[in-house]
Amino acid sequence: MWDYSDKVKEHFFSPRNSGAMADANAVGDVGSINCGDALRLMLKVDPDSETIVDARFQTFGCGSAIASSSALTEIIKGMTLDDALKVSNQDIADYLDGLPPEKMHCSVMGREALQAAVANYRGEAWQDDHEEGALICKCFAVDAVLIEETVRANGLATVEDVIHYTKAGGGCSSCHEGIEEILAKVLAERGESFVPHAVELKEAARPGQVEPSGRLNNLQRIKRIEAILDAIRPQLKRDHGDIELVDVDGKTIYVNMIGACSGCQMEAQTLQGIQTRLIEDLGEFVKVVPSRAGSYSRAACHV
Amino acid sequence: MDAIYLDNNATTRVDDAVVAAMLPFFTEQFGNPSSMHSFGNKVGLAIKKARLQVQELLGAEHESEIIFTSCGTESDSTAILSALRASPERKEIITTSIEHPAVLALCSHLEKEGYRTHFLKVDEKGRLDLAEYQRLLSDRVAVVSVMWANNETGTLFPVERMAEMAHAAGIPFHTDAVQAVGKVPIDLKNSKIDMLSLSGHKLHAPKGVGVLYLRRGVRFRPLLRGGHQERGRRAGTENSAAIVGLGLACEQAMRHLHYENTEVKRLRDRLEAGILARVPRAFATGDVDNRLPNTSNIAFEFIEGEAILLLLNKFGIAASSGSACTSGSLEPSHVMRAMGIPYTAAHGTIRFSLSRYTTAAEVDRVIQVVPEIVAQLRRLSPYWGEDGPAAEPDQAFAPVYA
Repeated sequence: MWDYSDKVKEHFFSPRNSGAMADANAVGDVGSINCGDALRLMLKVDPDSETIVDARFQTFGCGSAIASSSALTEIIKGMTLDDALKVSNQDIADYLDGLPPEKMHCSVMGREALQAAVANYRGEAWQDDHEEGALICKCFAVDAVLIEETVRANGLATVEDVIHYTKAGGGCSSCHEGIEEILAKVLAERGESFVPHAVELKEAARPGQVEPSGRLNNLQRIKRIEAILDAIRPQLKRDHGDIELVDVDGKTIYVNMIGACSGCQMEAQTLQGIQTRLIEDLGEFVKVVPSRAGSYSRAACHV
Repeated sequence: MDAIYLDNNATTRVDDAVVAAMLPFFTEQFGNPSSMHSFGNKVGLAIKKARLQVQELLGAEHESEIIFTSCGTESDSTAILSALRASPERKEIITTSIEHPAVLALCSHLEKEGYRTHFLKVDEKGRLDLAEYQRLLSDRVAVVSVMWANNETGTLFPVERMAEMAHAAGIPFHTDAVQAVGKVPIDLKNSKIDMLSLSGHKLHAPKGVGVLYLRRGVRFRPLLRGGHQERGRRAGTENSAAIVGLGLACEQAMRHLHYENTEVKRLRDRLEAGILARVPRAFATGDVDNRLPNTSNIAFEFIEGEAILLLLNKFGIAASSGSACTSGSLEPSHVMRAMGIPYTAAHGTIRFSLSRYTTAAEVDRVIQVVPEIVAQLRRLSPYWGEDGPAAEPDQAFAPVYA
């Protein structure tokens, strides 16, 4: 059973704005029938102000697809088209107090329906630009297609490369077999063979194990947290983002997501992965919370 | 309101008498059956009794043909890998496209190690083509593995005949009978089946125990080597409490076999007919005239299975679905796809699997609840119009697919 938030359940059991709209002047039909979801978003747009006066949806899909559709219509009603286009799929997920990683594509579908509806209103053709593959890394919600394309485009050769470029495999490491298979396939295409490491490579920036002598004092603990964040930083910088430590209050670690990481659709997943890493390295439970926005904290806590 | 459990192909409730029989083996009879003292000896005798009880249900000729394992998956892996190791010069495997992942994923993986697997196709009712099977039998094939009954649709396969065909070609035959044992009569001594897998938790025994039936004389290579347990064919200290529980569960299954094929079947038929009479655009999948007595798999067109399950759960009804979303994968059930069920129906398949604990009142309650749930979701569906599918549903709604 999925670990759906109460808000997802509430929007699934009592969806807002469902059903056909006879006088819609913007309609977006998108879907992925393979994965079982399809959505029609219908908008009534005031031509003078380009404001969304009403929004309705019809969805063929699972609980979170229906809840995401319902949330989307609630979010965009009253917005101008330009503002509505700024709504990210993370906003939809946040509105629902988070979605399981396997279900993030349900919120992507909502955003795509919105883009398609706006294109339809403006008389433009909308082209879907992403292809979805089987989910490989569940910690950071990275699928096979993204990994394969990244490996091919950047000539990657090791699991460590894949972690640095895509974050896939950087959490619990259970998916490394799947990543190795993708590497072997792409390397074979360019006439090379995949050479695995027999044992885990020692990461230079990874902080040492906790001294058996005793507990860390506050300063040592904060220094260790900074060292762990330093180790993660190169991965974020590859994506033109960064992280900064703001404060440590007991079990709660406040951070700022900077650059491309800020507001990125994968922000919640990224924070979750960082939290997992901190918990493992510190050997204690901690909570990573973005200092700036309350909305993300819910997503980050949703482990 | 009591919960209604119609997901017995997933797992079953452990019978009260089985629990009672197991409990002494945690505290009083905790000895290692290999030990020389009386603590161990009593456990050894209890395991021997359980072996006889399993032998009886399977109709095996010898008790030594029963090997206790940890689960159905272990039995499947042991059987297939044993056959491959026993005939290393043979590099082909025959199985079906609708096997349980325990066999399917193993065979797909073996392809990466240089084996060639033939996945037998099925028709729209999930039936195998025995002529295709016959053509594939050759001295390159190390093992045939075909499930006795499909877990999703309940469709039964002619494994006894297929075992004879394999034997005529000199090939060992394994069947994953995890869903069939306890639901249909099995008489292995009068068959050519060489190996059979069963799982305790599908027949009211606990999880964590299974059996591999290994016909006497079949060449065998153990998966786990170590101690002399199970005559050296499966090393590792026996899960004695679970084995005792499985033995009693097999004895009870034997006793209830007639009930399963009369009363349970009658309730299943009543459930299926009741739903199909009240819900338009719904149909039963699989070979409905030749299937397990407890299983009904119904496709509800134009709506999605996980959404149906969530609403059923709200009414306290437990079932399962072949939709992609319930598994977290991106594809609907491989069984539904193999039968060529369209995506808009495959995603809306719901499996109801009954047991001897299912009551007529429960069945009637489900018949009453399902039509409203389906109608509620269809009101949300872009494929559905006012009170029926949109005219030409595929054209009324043709989304841009990601």
